[in-house]
Parts: sequence; structure tokens; C-alpha cells
Amino acid sequence: MIKGLAILSFSFLLGMWSGELLGSWLGINANVGGVGFAMIFLLLIKEYFNKKGCWKADLEFGIEFWNKLYIPVVIAMAASLNVKSALSSGTLAILAGIIPVFIAFWVFKILIKNLPSSHE
Amino acid sequence: MNELTQVLDKNGLIVAFLLVGLLTWITDIFSKKVLKSRIPGSALAIFLALFFGYLGGVFADGEKGLADIALFKGLSVLGGSMFRDFAIVATAIGASFLLIRKSGLLGLISLILGIAVFFISGVALAWVMGYRDAVSLCTIGAGACTYIVGPVTGGALGASSEVIALSIGTGVVKTIAVTIFTPVFAKKIGLGSPGSAMAFGGIMGTSSGVAAGLAATDPKLVPYGAVIATFYTGLGCLVCPSLFYLVLRILFE
Repeated sequence: MIKGLAILSFSFLLGMWSGELLGSWLGINANVGGVGFAMIFLLLIKEYFNKKGCWKADLEFGIEFWNKLYIPVVIAMAASLNVKSALSSGTLAILAGIIPVFIAFWVFKILIKNLPSSHE
Repeated sequence: MNELTQVLDKNGLIVAFLLVGLLTWITDIFSKKVLKSRIPGSALAIFLALFFGYLGGVFADGEKGLADIALFKGLSVLGGSMFRDFAIVATAIGASFLLIRKSGLLGLISLILGIAVFFISGVALAWVMGYRDAVSLCTIGAGACTYIVGPVTGGALGASSEVIALSIGTGVVKTIAVTIFTPVFAKKIGLGSPGSAMAFGGIMGTSSGVAAGLAATDPKLVPYGAVIATFYTGLGCLVCPSLFYLVLRILFE
């Protein structure tokens, strides 16, 4: 179990590091895609272990636990967002927060329709 | 009683596990028995959590929703960026590397499209509401992307603190809107496959909103949406205070 968790942590730290490096290379003080890189590292490591035949269910259990913990983490995050100030920072914040979302839903619908390859 | 308060105070994270577990338990039963599973229990739980976050803001008058009340402070640890990012990375274990590689181009197109759509409509709304200077317009447009791009852009351009606060507010409203409306509209807009989830992550961008909205729609889609969405904020921080600002300055000044 702990070995799987170690693999997850290793991918996470490596990914975050890549994100920070890319950020400072681009000259912005932000982590660019760190989580995305970490996910790709994790998938690559899994692929490699699978090919070598040493990916075991026990390894996956340590990662699966965090995978399952994902929704609870989101629930906790939602409860600790600054919902009140978002709603009270005025009409513009509410309009500019909601209307573009609907436009984006519409753009998404068109994009998906015109790119049938994404339906797999 | 004093002893209990002490225990709860010392073990905030454990208290958060208990609270979130109880909330999930209750909403799961409610979803199955009362709503006949028409709305997933996790969507209800996330929505209720937002409501509690609002109540927390009303009672504690802080910036962290319910987590500003001492008893619930562990929620900000469990829901903080470290655990959130770690858990998102763990969801990749259920994703297929081949699919992600195949949809790479679609992801890139949707990222560019997404940032442009939110920035332009945010700027347009700010203009309608009476803002005319390029710095404020740019900051509010960036806030319409995510609540991180907004203050980063505003800080870089030297916007007033009122405008920066407004841009953060806009970004948080966006996250909440994406969280609530994604499960509602998922079927109607054709969101259901891993490829479409990746495009969705690129267009919507807010990693918390995309991940929460997809989790409420179909947890299997979360890693695909999240892997693209995590690039959105970084890309936004890159183009909003530079390229987009220059365009606005040419247009408005």
C-alpha cells in the first residue's frame, strides 16, 4: 500500500516541480500545469511497471484510496470557499461569473458537434 | 465539555473527515430514497457544502466560509490546495494515457477557446456596467477566467484593490456556477465521453469547478477534465496581463 502511495507522491512532487519550472521559465509567478504533468508522470510510471509485469493490486490500493477521497476533498473545499463575498461583491461579479459560463456551454456544444472524433 | 472542545480543536482534520462523511451519508440516502437517484448524492453534497460555506461566511465574517468557525477549521485543510491537487493526481490512475494523447490537440484548441470566451465576455460585461479603463476591464475579464488569473493580472497591471476584489468574486461565482450547472446540462451539451470531458476541462478551466462538476456528473470523467483544466490558470496568467492587455489598450485608450 505504502509503495503505491510513494509512487503517487513521487509523481506529484515531480509534476509540481515541472509546473514551477515552466512557470518561472515563462516569467510568471504561477505553477503552470503542475497537476497535469503529475498525472502524466503517474500514468507513465504505471505503464512502465505494467510492461515489466510488476504492477500489483497492492500498489494500486494506496493510489485508489486517494482517488476515492477526491469527492470528499471537493466537498470540504466547497464548504471553505468564500461564497458570501462572491455573492455580495455585486451584480457585476454575479453576472460576469454566470453569463460567460452559459456562453461557454454553448461553445462547448458546438465544438463537440464539429469534432466527432471526441465521441469515442 | 471543556475536554471535548479541546479534543475537537486539536484534531481539526479528523473532525473534517467526520463532517464530510456524515454529509455524504445523509445526501446519499436522500438522493436514493427521495429523489430516486435523479440527482447524484455527490452533487447534492457539494451544493449543500457551498450553502454551508455561505452560512459560515455570514456567521464568522471571514474569507474561508465554514472553515472560519473554529470547530470546522479542519475543512480548510482537507479542502486545501495540497489535498485537492494530490487527490486529483490520484484520479489519473483510472484514466487511459492513450486517450489523453489522442485528444491532445482537442485539449489545446479548447484551452485557447475557453480563455478567449471567458475573457471577452467578462470584459464586455464590465464595459456594459460602466468600466472604461483598460486596466480594470482586463482585470475583471481575467477574473471571469478564474479567481487566480484575476488577482494575478490585476496585481501585475496595478489595478485598484476594489477591482481586484471584484475579479476574485467573479472567479468564485464562476467556479460555483460551473459546479452547479455541469451536472444539470451535461446530457444536453453532449458531455459524456473522456474526449468531451477533456474539451470541457479546457473550455471551463476552473479546476475546482470542472472537477466538482464532473464528479457530480460521472466520476470517471474527472481525470480527463482535470488534466486539461490544470493548464488553464497558468495559460490565463500568461496571456491576460500581456497579450490581452495590449489589445485592450489599443481598443480603449
